[in-house]
Amino acid sequence: MLGLLYAAPTALFVAVFFTAPLVLVTRMSASEWPLIAGDKGFNFPDNYSAIESNSLFWPAVWFTVEYTVLVTVLLIGMGLGLALLIQAGGKWKGFLRTSFLFPSAMGLASASLLFWGLYSDSIGPINPILQQLQITHDPIQFLGDPLSALLSTTFLIVWRFAGFYMLILLVGLQAIPHDLYEAAAIDGANKWHTFRYITIPLLRRSLALSLILCITGSLLAFDQFYILTKGGPDNSTITVVQLIYREAFQRLNLGTAAAISIVVLAVLVVLNTVQFRALRGSEEA
Amino acid sequence: MRNKFRMPPALATLATLAMVAVVGCGSTAATPTAAPVATPAPTDVPVATAPPAATPAPSVAFSAGTDDGKTITMWTRAATQFQATALVAAYNATHKNQVNLTIVPTDDMQAKVGAAAGAGSLPDIISGDVVFMPNWTSQGLFTDITSKISALPFASTLASGPIKASTTAGKAYGVPFIMDLSVWVYNKDLFTKAGLDPNKPPTTLKEFDTDARAVNKLGGSVKGSFFGGNCGGCEVFTWWPSIWADGQQVMSADGTSSMLNSDEAKAVYAIYAGEFKDGIVAASSKTETGPTWVSFFPKGNIGIMPYPGSLLGSIPSTVNFGVAPIAGLNGGQSTFVGGDAVGITANSKVSDEAWNFLAWTLSDYAQVEIVAKGGNIVARSDLANNKYAAADPRTVTVNQVAAKGVTPLAKNFGQTFNDPNGPWLVLTRDAVFNGASSSKIDSDNAAVTKSLAGQ
Repeated sequence: MLGLLYAAPTALFVAVFFTAPLVLVTRMSASEWPLIAGDKGFNFPDNYSAIESNSLFWPAVWFTVEYTVLVTVLLIGMGLGLALLIQAGGKWKGFLRTSFLFPSAMGLASASLLFWGLYSDSIGPINPILQQLQITHDPIQFLGDPLSALLSTTFLIVWRFAGFYMLILLVGLQAIPHDLYEAAAIDGANKWHTFRYITIPLLRRSLALSLILCITGSLLAFDQFYILTKGGPDNSTITVVQLIYREAFQRLNLGTAAAISIVVLAVLVVLNTVQFRALRGSEEA
Repeated sequence: MRNKFRMPPALATLATLAMVAVVGCGSTAATPTAAPVATPAPTDVPVATAPPAATPAPSVAFSAGTDDGKTITMWTRAATQFQATALVAAYNATHKNQVNLTIVPTDDMQAKVGAAAGAGSLPDIISGDVVFMPNWTSQGLFTDITSKISALPFASTLASGPIKASTTAGKAYGVPFIMDLSVWVYNKDLFTKAGLDPNKPPTTLKEFDTDARAVNKLGGSVKGSFFGGNCGGCEVFTWWPSIWADGQQVMSADGTSSMLNSDEAKAVYAIYAGEFKDGIVAASSKTETGPTWVSFFPKGNIGIMPYPGSLLGSIPSTVNFGVAPIAGLNGGQSTFVGGDAVGITANSKVSDEAWNFLAWTLSDYAQVEIVAKGGNIVARSDLANNKYAAADPRTVTVNQVAAKGVTPLAKNFGQTFNDPNGPWLVLTRDAVFNGASSSKIDSDNAAVTKSLAGQ
């Protein structure tokens, strides 16, 4: 009984903020539910079958996957590189750690708005500076084509999140016993061998956590694209969550938005289960 | 009067960023995201018909509804916040009722209203882009004010576009609040430098193109023109008048079928496509999503471009500019009669007080001493030739072209034309930037029709 009381606050929190919304979204996904008019009754499976005929769905899926792969590789790579740099020490250690982590203190929407301004041809300082220095003749269109829009947004995300992943991996690095490095050095291991056979295996938990956070966060990307590109140019940077937003608040159809949300939720559950199992499996091995 | 204080570029950048932050993520400062609602019938907005008479200043008092000291809640979109704020401040200063105004980021307006409608937490008054009114009224958001409008002594002089947009099944649910029209603005100094007559603005879209190309030859930081090429609302607001001026329509009268693949429409797209291809417009025209589309001309290095009439007053006096009606390929004149309509929500408990405010905003005093004095377009044809408008020939031009304008109406206007991922933007980008064939434009137009039908 006492155990139940201890668990009650958490159970209540989960029930109110997770279970109830999930039930409501599931109900919405099986109903005709215009944003303003409200519930008009069940129409299952119409909202789900409409996903396939949505011309933006598959482009959004592929773009989201492409973006996730790119950002995950860069963020984990940068995070690890920065963590190793900080761990190496030196008198600038504290300054560098603070500098790398500093962008993480800014909200993603605010950071996106800041970069939107920086990239802007109208109000941003970058193009005028480049033109004054005669580095470029015409203004650079940072968001002008699909590739530059993707890369410009990715640059923002790496700037914003690299310090965060650095911190996670730095904690992992500092948890590795120094004795192991000394033993490896006595055995004649070079830096690559030390990194490959000691650092990476013992950093596995931190890397797994970083991967899960990064992949899940990237699959749910919204703010940065909503503010920087609005899914453009030519609908080339629409993410799945943007598509959900569009269905709900541009096309005013909560039913189809909820159906896509349920599909995304299912994919994320499967993905995270696979990742956790892989992690657990490698630990047992 | 010249501005003595000039903001340093860095400070101006910060200020603009702050403004954008307030406005929201990428919403336009003018009517663009805002835009149209539509029936190809010409509207009766403020038309200057007679020279201004030496009449006494109108009285602030106007009796309609109830003024008993109640608090009235109101939402308006950021794009028209300056005009709305001025009207509310003047009303609160002279009435017992007090309007509590909330500015909603323009791009979030539809979502916020929808969510609040679902939760039963709408304010007493909503002022929104006329483009959204057919949808909102058809879903029962507003109170029927047909009889109240008819009882106004100046009812017959009210701009009809916003009222038509707010009318469903013969019942009117809204009145005009902030008027906006699209026009061409041109830089007279650049015209002179380019060898053009600064007192002879273009009278056809072809002349517009020729003049832009002439100015563009000045080189340096000067560009011939500019448009918001990644902003559907900007394009309907500034390009459709060229199609109307040629006597063509953009949609069927009921707003369910698109005609945006007509020969005239394709010719209009071709003009702008040519300007982009030949570098006549600034390169960022291709990426402009709306927030800064009106920021280039006031810098003084754009020759000629479409512009919102409501923002003429924001162009600094250092820029010597003229105003001309938007013309068709071969002549004619038209404009997009846009702006905001306003209605009282269905569940408001202070609807009589809310009507007191709405009726007052349309009174002689509010229209002349607040709206016109602020350099804005009045919502009553009998006040079009007021003393403030008559003092500036550019405002007179705007008022005169209003009678030739159109407020297009369609229930699914927003999701079709304002949606940054919608079918209209696909069509225009294909036509203007991607070199689409005529048949591709036809298929894009079919997608527009599909969206208008709510599919």
